[in-house]
Amino acid sequence: MTHVRGTAIEAVALVKRYGEVTALDGLSFTVPAGTVFGLLGPNGAGKSTTIKILTTLSTPTSGAATVAGIDVLAHPNAVRRAIGVVTQGSGTDRQATGRENLLLAAHIHGMRGRAATARVDELLELFDLTGAAKRLVKAYSGGMQRKLDVAMGLVHRPSVLFLDEPTTGLDPQARSEMWAEIARLATQERLTILLTTHYLEEADHLADHLVIVDRGRLVAQGSPEELKSELRGDAVVVELAPDASVDSARTAVEAMAREVTVTGRTIRARVDNGASAVPAVLAELERAAVAVAAVTVARPALDDVYLRHTGRTFAAASASASGSGSEEVAVA
Amino acid sequence: MTTLTPHTGYLTGRLLMATLRQPAFVVIMLIQPMIWLLLFGQLFKRIVELPGFATGSYIDFLTPGVVVMTVLFTSGWAGMAFIDDMDRGVMDRMLASPASRGAMMLASVLNQAVTVVVQGVIVVLVGLALGAEFPGGIAGILVMFLASVLLAAAFSCLSNGMALIVRTSESLIGFSTMLTLPLSFLSSAMIAREAAPEWIQTVSSYNPVDWTVVASREALSADPDWGAVLLRLAGLFVVAVVTGFIATRAFRAYQKSL
Repeated sequence: MTHVRGTAIEAVALVKRYGEVTALDGLSFTVPAGTVFGLLGPNGAGKSTTIKILTTLSTPTSGAATVAGIDVLAHPNAVRRAIGVVTQGSGTDRQATGRENLLLAAHIHGMRGRAATARVDELLELFDLTGAAKRLVKAYSGGMQRKLDVAMGLVHRPSVLFLDEPTTGLDPQARSEMWAEIARLATQERLTILLTTHYLEEADHLADHLVIVDRGRLVAQGSPEELKSELRGDAVVVELAPDASVDSARTAVEAMAREVTVTGRTIRARVDNGASAVPAVLAELERAAVAVAAVTVARPALDDVYLRHTGRTFAAASASASGSGSEEVAVA
Repeated sequence: MTTLTPHTGYLTGRLLMATLRQPAFVVIMLIQPMIWLLLFGQLFKRIVELPGFATGSYIDFLTPGVVVMTVLFTSGWAGMAFIDDMDRGVMDRMLASPASRGAMMLASVLNQAVTVVVQGVIVVLVGLALGAEFPGGIAGILVMFLASVLLAAAFSCLSNGMALIVRTSESLIGFSTMLTLPLSFLSSAMIAREAAPEWIQTVSSYNPVDWTVVASREALSADPDWGAVLLRLAGLFVVAVVTGFIATRAFRAYQKSL
């Protein structure tokens, strides 16, 4: 949207400590108005903590932030009126109907009478929930609940919408529906959307700009295309057969490619042109008598960006963080 | 502050609807005080023969006691709804919205007040059916309900405040259980003040639960000492306002931990 200008969110040197644990370690970023901005990182990276600070739920140990031009520390109530928040998990009352949930949200935001009911009906229609409007939320599917969550965040027509892990726990069908919904909101409703995700493909698919966060720090930022084009060439991934020697395989691949990393029996490397490099790599491996189970070539993906900036694969980071995630403690 | 009244209305409506949608809970809530009145009424029937009891019928004496104990056992659990909201993400959504914190607390209090009055009516009706007599009449019964609502306000705020601090149902159950029984027995809910040991008499005169029982029983008597009733109602009002204020501050403690 070319006519939307300015800055929707600005975070400056946010630090958040919980006792000994540092969840955010000087995180700064700027979100241009009218864009979808992705905050990408493994569990425990500090994404939820960032959202909590920007939505006035939590206060930073140090640093500053503005949302919709309003200082979150000085005027939290003004921020609350300007933003829509979809928290991790859910925020709906299971003992109430979808319609009652939306009406309560409208009433809390000061909407009254016909204005409130008209807006609620409009959102039910928009999110394809009209048929389920009078059912209790506890009877909703996960995808329906999540749609209701997003609808509740939009009741008062906020200028900035926060989506904390909007598709976590959804089945693939519901996830792709949610992606379509978010993309539609961004183009048609002129919203600024800040979304956190630990799905690389989600950030790649939805975000105009993104920052990659790791251990409370920013490790990279830009558009998904910019980040990927920083990586010259294609990724080659070699899966070794069970009895192959990892060390000789590594030496062989290093002779033909750069940025070689080994995880278990998987070797990742970077080459200028995947299609022509694969035969050469395979020939070199054969010469070294290394048995290969599979070879894949891929255009650069965000996973490679993450690997390059943090030195570990995204999956490995997510797995190691899930047991000790500092921010997830508060979320329970 | 302009949002306090409308928000309280909407949020109270939400809580009352949620209660009505759980019929099993409603039935238990209504039956429990009946059981107490029938059970304790039988068990302690001859207790009135002890010196210190002014009345000859234990049911007359016990009915206001059971009304007040019901208040404790009902509003002591008020915070469970807060914990449910925390677990569901509703609390975070509310706190990140312009919802008035005071209204969130007040809505819980009003929900408890409605529950407690309904339970009180049941207890009074069962008491009457068992032959209880309340010379103070309708006025006396209304004063008992007013005192009960004030105590319910104080207790539900206490429970909500604890919920915001401890944040787990296990801890809140422990806290509530630890508080309700001793506070009941350190009052004249079941036994006449004069029949209790002296130290309990002393402690109970500082116990808001006892103020509620005394105000209720006095108002239900043939010739109430209205000065004594008003003094205790005023005391209960102050306790309710102070706990309400402190509990509303506990939202900050909760947010600090996020």
